[in-house]
Amino acid sequence: MFNSFSQAQSTMVNEAVEAPVEVKRHASIHREQTDTVGEITVANPRMTCRNVDVFYSGSQAIYNVSLDIGKNEVVSMIGPSGCGKSTFLRCLNRMNDTIDGCMVTGAIKIDGQDIYKKSMDVVPLRAQVGMVFQKPNPFPKSLYENVAYGPRIHGIADNKEHLDHIVETSLKRAGLWEEAKDRMDQPGTGLSGGQQQRLCIARAIAVEPEVILMDEPCSALDPIATARIEELIDELRENYTIAIVTHSMQQAARVSQRTAYFHLGKLIEVGETEQIFSQPKHKLTEDYITGRFG
Amino acid sequence: MNSSVNNRHKAQERVRDGLKVRYRAERRFQFYGKLAIGLGLLFLSMLFFSILSKGLPAFQQTYMELEVTFERQYVDPKGDGSEESLAAGDYGGLVKQTLRNRFSDVKNRREKRALYSIVSTGAAFQLRDMVMSNPELVGNTVRVWVPADDELDMLLKGHTTELERHAGSGIASLVSGDGEIKLLSTSNDFTNILQDLKRMLAKSARQSERKLKRLRDNLADAEKSLLQLEEGILKAQSKQPQNAARIRVLEEKLADAKVSIDSYKEKAAQEEMIFSDLQQRADTPGGVERLNSEMPSYLVFVNGGLVKLTSVSNTQATGRALTQLESMHEAQAGEWEILEFETPQTARRLKDNALAWAWDLKQKGQIEKRFNTTFFTAGDSREPELAGIWGAAVGSLYTLVVTLLLSFPIGVAAAVYLEEYAPKNRWTDLIEVNINNLAAVPSIVFGLLGLAVFINFFGLPRSAPLVGGLVLTLMTLPTIIIASRAALKSVPPSIREAALGVGASRIQMMTHHVLPLALPGMLTGTIIGMAQALGETAPLLMIGMVAFIVDIPGGFTDPAAVLPVQIYLWADSPERAFVERTSAAIMVLLSFLIMMNILAVFLRKKFERRW
Repeated sequence: MFNSFSQAQSTMVNEAVEAPVEVKRHASIHREQTDTVGEITVANPRMTCRNVDVFYSGSQAIYNVSLDIGKNEVVSMIGPSGCGKSTFLRCLNRMNDTIDGCMVTGAIKIDGQDIYKKSMDVVPLRAQVGMVFQKPNPFPKSLYENVAYGPRIHGIADNKEHLDHIVETSLKRAGLWEEAKDRMDQPGTGLSGGQQQRLCIARAIAVEPEVILMDEPCSALDPIATARIEELIDELRENYTIAIVTHSMQQAARVSQRTAYFHLGKLIEVGETEQIFSQPKHKLTEDYITGRFG
Repeated sequence: MNSSVNNRHKAQERVRDGLKVRYRAERRFQFYGKLAIGLGLLFLSMLFFSILSKGLPAFQQTYMELEVTFERQYVDPKGDGSEESLAAGDYGGLVKQTLRNRFSDVKNRREKRALYSIVSTGAAFQLRDMVMSNPELVGNTVRVWVPADDELDMLLKGHTTELERHAGSGIASLVSGDGEIKLLSTSNDFTNILQDLKRMLAKSARQSERKLKRLRDNLADAEKSLLQLEEGILKAQSKQPQNAARIRVLEEKLADAKVSIDSYKEKAAQEEMIFSDLQQRADTPGGVERLNSEMPSYLVFVNGGLVKLTSVSNTQATGRALTQLESMHEAQAGEWEILEFETPQTARRLKDNALAWAWDLKQKGQIEKRFNTTFFTAGDSREPELAGIWGAAVGSLYTLVVTLLLSFPIGVAAAVYLEEYAPKNRWTDLIEVNINNLAAVPSIVFGLLGLAVFINFFGLPRSAPLVGGLVLTLMTLPTIIIASRAALKSVPPSIREAALGVGASRIQMMTHHVLPLALPGMLTGTIIGMAQALGETAPLLMIGMVAFIVDIPGGFTDPAAVLPVQIYLWADSPERAFVERTSAAIMVLLSFLIMMNILAVFLRKKFERRW
């Protein structure tokens, strides 16, 4: 009863928001109508995704996903391997462009701007939507160069002092300053795994993005380093919008406010994290959370 | 239950049985591997040993000291001491005059010609340069070291003949007369020579015996056929007397057979005489025997001069003086010696008189081996002692500069485009396959292409490093492209994603991150390609870089040779001295190649990064 009410409400809101959005349809492939359980919209969205489909060389990886990502919130995406959560995340800053044969349809907007429209330049988009990857991937350059690279190519810094300042604040926000300040000239690849990942976060926030996408940022790290990153995510929430893909449900429960459950390319259920983990509404979500598969 | 236990036992037994075979297979495999490596090292060491043993002597060159009097009649034909006049001087004549002064007892024309040939033709140019730079030398006498001829050089390096020295054990007294010198020893000093001679005589006797036997066999055959012919004629006369033509033919044959029997008989009689003479001389010890030029040469060094022996007995020898003896006094035991040059005179280019002059110069310290700077500073020459590799080295340098300047940028640009920008479709697949195939095209085909396109169509000069470089560029491009693509592929995608993730554009990603990381691999590929180009001969033959070029090339369009072609040219030359120069040039080329490969390894090690 509650379920159906929520669905009805979501459809209603969807229509209201969606009206001006032009939805691109893929002609040759039949669109399966899916209904996501839970509230996909938020009051003050930073990014809105509507009816997103993703195809890899003709085969469909994401089916009709609609999701809002609110300002200053952490949205976690969970689901079994191959469910499309990483693919969806990579659509949000068009990292999928680098993959041959990848096609994205539907509408993804940041602050009302469609990021897939022709006139959209990916360079400023990626400055706006930063990304942290699964495996820590610092440049084989000094710590300073790693963090300064983004601001430098975008011309953010006015002068050397300003750049130093940006590097310092970024490292401080990423919680790496104390460890890094004495070894700024040493290569970023010489750090430990957890430090490297924090360096990558510092590098991402150095260009002052609005959204940070994190693709399983802790999967290559030990529990202590993971705890450190999770703490950091919580602190970053004050200034940034964060979308995080994770395999660890505990992590999703710890760091996020909202959780989206993906299954076989479909967004099955979205909701407040607490609600998803305590009272999942969909059978698949419940099975996954209770560990019946995954 | 029981059967499953049994099964398990059986399975384990089988595993244990099989172990021995498996381990044996592994040991055998290891053995094959070691054998292959061992063989490889063996052949490599043989190659290096051969090259080093042949080539190292080339870094030394024989020089001889001449006491040159710069007589005005030779060096200053006009007599005014002007530069023009000095340049026109007859320095060759001066060298000849100097040699005649040094060996004053050389009289006849043939000997003189032999004498002139022990000095390099470069000596005249050296004297000319000396006079040109210091005209005050005219009229003065100076001691000058000039390069010796390559044959003399080979003699001193022991390639011409082996020398055995036997010290005289008796007191030698000398008697001269009729232009001959007779040596009498109180001991059997010449017995060895005589025994050698006897052995040779015995050998000739055996040969003669075989020849005699053959002649006698022939004679017997001829006599047999004579009988048959006679019989045939009788038969023909009795059975078919009307067939006169046939009888006539048979009679003609009979006459021929009689003639050949006579000639065989005559030859056999001659041979028999020769044989019995040889046999007798070989069998009886002692006696006097003449030496001939098919035998080793025996020279006696006595009283500061050399006597070439012409006949010997046990205690006596007769000979002819090749260099002047200081006196005709008796020589005590140990104060004189017999020099045995084992290669017969007919089998070497330097005759006994030249050997004697060389010995004389050596005794007086006027000939010595020095470091061969000419080899590293001169261009090619017909005279081995004047030939050097500098011309070829400079030619190789110019060629490689052209190759590097063209192939590196083109190769890297092609690799970057194909790897990063080109759409993956049938056309790019076709291009990729063709590039890989180009790497396997025989290099001479590139030479033909260069000849047809660069020389015949575009009209570029022949034998020029520019064209050589263009051709080698075509040849090395596939190597560089393939290596560069591999280097680009080996840059982890995480670095690209990291760069794109902070908002770098594609070109920024390439130039800031991917290219610097791929550069060591690209450079390694380029250096290996350059090493390949440095060692390439075939395509350069086609564009005329095989020409004989004496001058050091001064630019990209001057005619030039390159190192491998120089090696090819020298290996083709008949002079013995070019053999060692060939090996020496190979050593220089190999050291360049090894240096380039070490540089490639060094670059790879230095810039290798781990992720």
